[in-house]
Amino acid sequence: MKQTFALPTHKLDPHKKVAYINARLFDAESKLDIKGALLTIGDKIADFGPGLFKDGKTPQGATVVDCKGHLLCPGLLDIQVHFREPGQEHKETIATGSKSAAAGGVTTVACMPNTKPVIDDIAVVAFMQKRALETAYVNVRTYAAITKGQKGEEITEMGLLAEAGAVGFTDDGLPVMNAGVMRKALAYSKQFGVPVAQHAEDLHLSCGGAMNEGKISAQLGVAGVPNAAEAVMVERDIILAELTGGQYHVLHISTAEAIDAVRRAKKKGLRVTAEAAPHHFTLTDEAVLEYRTFSKMNPPLRAERDRLAVIEGLKDSTIDAIATDHAPHDQESKRVPLASAANGIVGLETMLPLSLSLYHKKIMPLRDVIAAMTYKPADIIHVPAGRLKKGARADLTLIDLNMEWTLDPKQFVSKSLNSPFDEWKTKGRAVRTVVGGETVYTLG
Amino acid sequence: MKAKPAAASLKSFSHRHLLGIDGLSRRDVYTILDLAKTYVAKNRQPDKKHAILKGRTLINLFFEDSTRTRTSFELAGKRLGADVINMSVSASSVKKGETLIDTAMTLNAMHPDFISVRHSESGAPHLLAKKVNCSVINAGDGWHEHPTQALLDALTIREHKGKIEGLKVAICGDILHSRVARSNMKLLNLLGAKVNVIAPPTLMPDVSSFGVKAFHDMRKGIEGCDVVMTLRLKTEYMQSSFVPSAREYFHFWGLDREKMSYAKKDAIILDPGPIIRGLQIDSELADDIGRSMILEQVEMGVAVRQAVLELLAGGEK
Repeated sequence: MKQTFALPTHKLDPHKKVAYINARLFDAESKLDIKGALLTIGDKIADFGPGLFKDGKTPQGATVVDCKGHLLCPGLLDIQVHFREPGQEHKETIATGSKSAAAGGVTTVACMPNTKPVIDDIAVVAFMQKRALETAYVNVRTYAAITKGQKGEEITEMGLLAEAGAVGFTDDGLPVMNAGVMRKALAYSKQFGVPVAQHAEDLHLSCGGAMNEGKISAQLGVAGVPNAAEAVMVERDIILAELTGGQYHVLHISTAEAIDAVRRAKKKGLRVTAEAAPHHFTLTDEAVLEYRTFSKMNPPLRAERDRLAVIEGLKDSTIDAIATDHAPHDQESKRVPLASAANGIVGLETMLPLSLSLYHKKIMPLRDVIAAMTYKPADIIHVPAGRLKKGARADLTLIDLNMEWTLDPKQFVSKSLNSPFDEWKTKGRAVRTVVGGETVYTLG
Repeated sequence: MKAKPAAASLKSFSHRHLLGIDGLSRRDVYTILDLAKTYVAKNRQPDKKHAILKGRTLINLFFEDSTRTRTSFELAGKRLGADVINMSVSASSVKKGETLIDTAMTLNAMHPDFISVRHSESGAPHLLAKKVNCSVINAGDGWHEHPTQALLDALTIREHKGKIEGLKVAICGDILHSRVARSNMKLLNLLGAKVNVIAPPTLMPDVSSFGVKAFHDMRKGIEGCDVVMTLRLKTEYMQSSFVPSAREYFHFWGLDREKMSYAKKDAIILDPGPIIRGLQIDSELADDIGRSMILEQVEMGVAVRQAVLELLAGGEK
């Protein structure tokens, strides 16, 4: 099937009308699930509902899109991606990464700040915004670093960065080991209404490990990362979140113990959220057998009990969002022995089908799966997205829920192909992606 | 004229590489040990040279320092008539940026028949084997496997005990970081020995899938054993809170006569070397020719590597 991409013009006629007819209108927050139509005018959602254009008459001059009964939902979010720009453009760029997002039905991404240079200064945020305006297919937002240079020592100019558009703070990849610095970051950022997100890993416990610690790492003779490395950090940070009243978000949570800690924190009413990556509810450390570097990521693929705990966490909303940790790497970073290989996999083009498997396998209702990719992640980073609402920005994803297709990384539009899901049979795919009223992607 | 092994056993060995004990059958192991035994005798003759691998090339590609294993492979190759090249790749040239695969492809272009590889990272020989056209022999990768060491240990044990099945073997020391321990656990288990592994709690991996029993108390682990194998504790692990000091380690996990008294009276001692006297083993015990097989292991090592080279050369590709 043919994939067609178009960069948004950002010069859309404010009166331009597009009528989406024969749609299954779907909004997780308002529990909307009904056959109907939707009208966008300019970059906004003007109207939608079961009665709209029921007489078959669409407004004069409107472009008509026949949704053929497919699911029309708010554009998906992926609040953890690495676009490698600036600094490692041979792996990915804002252009190729956002194109990958569009192909996956994702209309808003939040970039991690571990670029070169690190996004720890408003000048780099401005650079990102400029590049996004020039080259991006979807809405590109960015986190900024918690500490200058991600060194874990001095906090960044959080207020200025938030004003400049940073949606949150994280030293992703380099956890803030110093509890005193983390305390200050949580306390200070509270003033500006943005979350502090942690890649939760106690480096003294992970100690250079290259995969999950367990039977498989013992067999392979590879240094392992124990579950405690994540859990100790999450427990510590939750105590600090309680102390400061700050908003704390756990990136790519992967262990039963840490998920349980978040569950307890939520019961206490703390401002704590968590996200999980599709690979953590799909694969276990058995995927690393044969030293498969494409299955190496951090946090690592865990044991079956952790995989089930991630699913349980998504089911009971302990885990708020699904985010991919889209981490493109060139061949050279992966064609090395396991311990030397770079961490991470590309995820934007596999997020939707892997997540929909939770629905197709009757593990979760469709509404909860879509919620974890729409309004819930939007609420974590406080961006106005992820909802079908009149007057809201027209970011939309049209999903053919039942399309069966086989994942093939060679067909990905991302610059990198590092995915362990080669030849996976999946069901469900984005067939149209709309950003600010403009179609940026169609399939077929 | 040197006697050739039976064609049947050569034919039955169909492996292209020796990357680990994983993947070998009990029959494969006996084929290797039986052939190696013939070389033990041959190596004691004044003329040790054979022409079985004449014209073949063995490259010893060592990314880590090694004296005994590299020398053993070198002798094994030379005694079979192969041309042997030793390549020591220092850590610094690796840091210059040439990847393992680039090194492998360069060597591959020289048409070697065998590459024995020692690397600090687990799985490196597996990666290499995917990229070259010749046989790859794992000469030790990270903490993962050191198959020829386990095979030579098995041969040593069999020479002394007549069998391996049903024996009780204790492996003591740093199990966590030991490729020798992993290969031996797999091999001894495959051959039907009962294996106890003994280590301080900080140096014991999750061995639940190895079919062995784990002990922290050395006396309990050694009790009633036919074979006691000690392993080295590297200084780097001595210094990072795995154990508090050398004297404490030796007190609890060093092999001395008192602890050895819990083993069977005729129990033998093996150690892959290098031995650090007074750390993993009492000096006097290491020199006890009635019990310590340390030097014999070295002798068996050459024979086992000759057998492996010959079998890989004859195995169906």
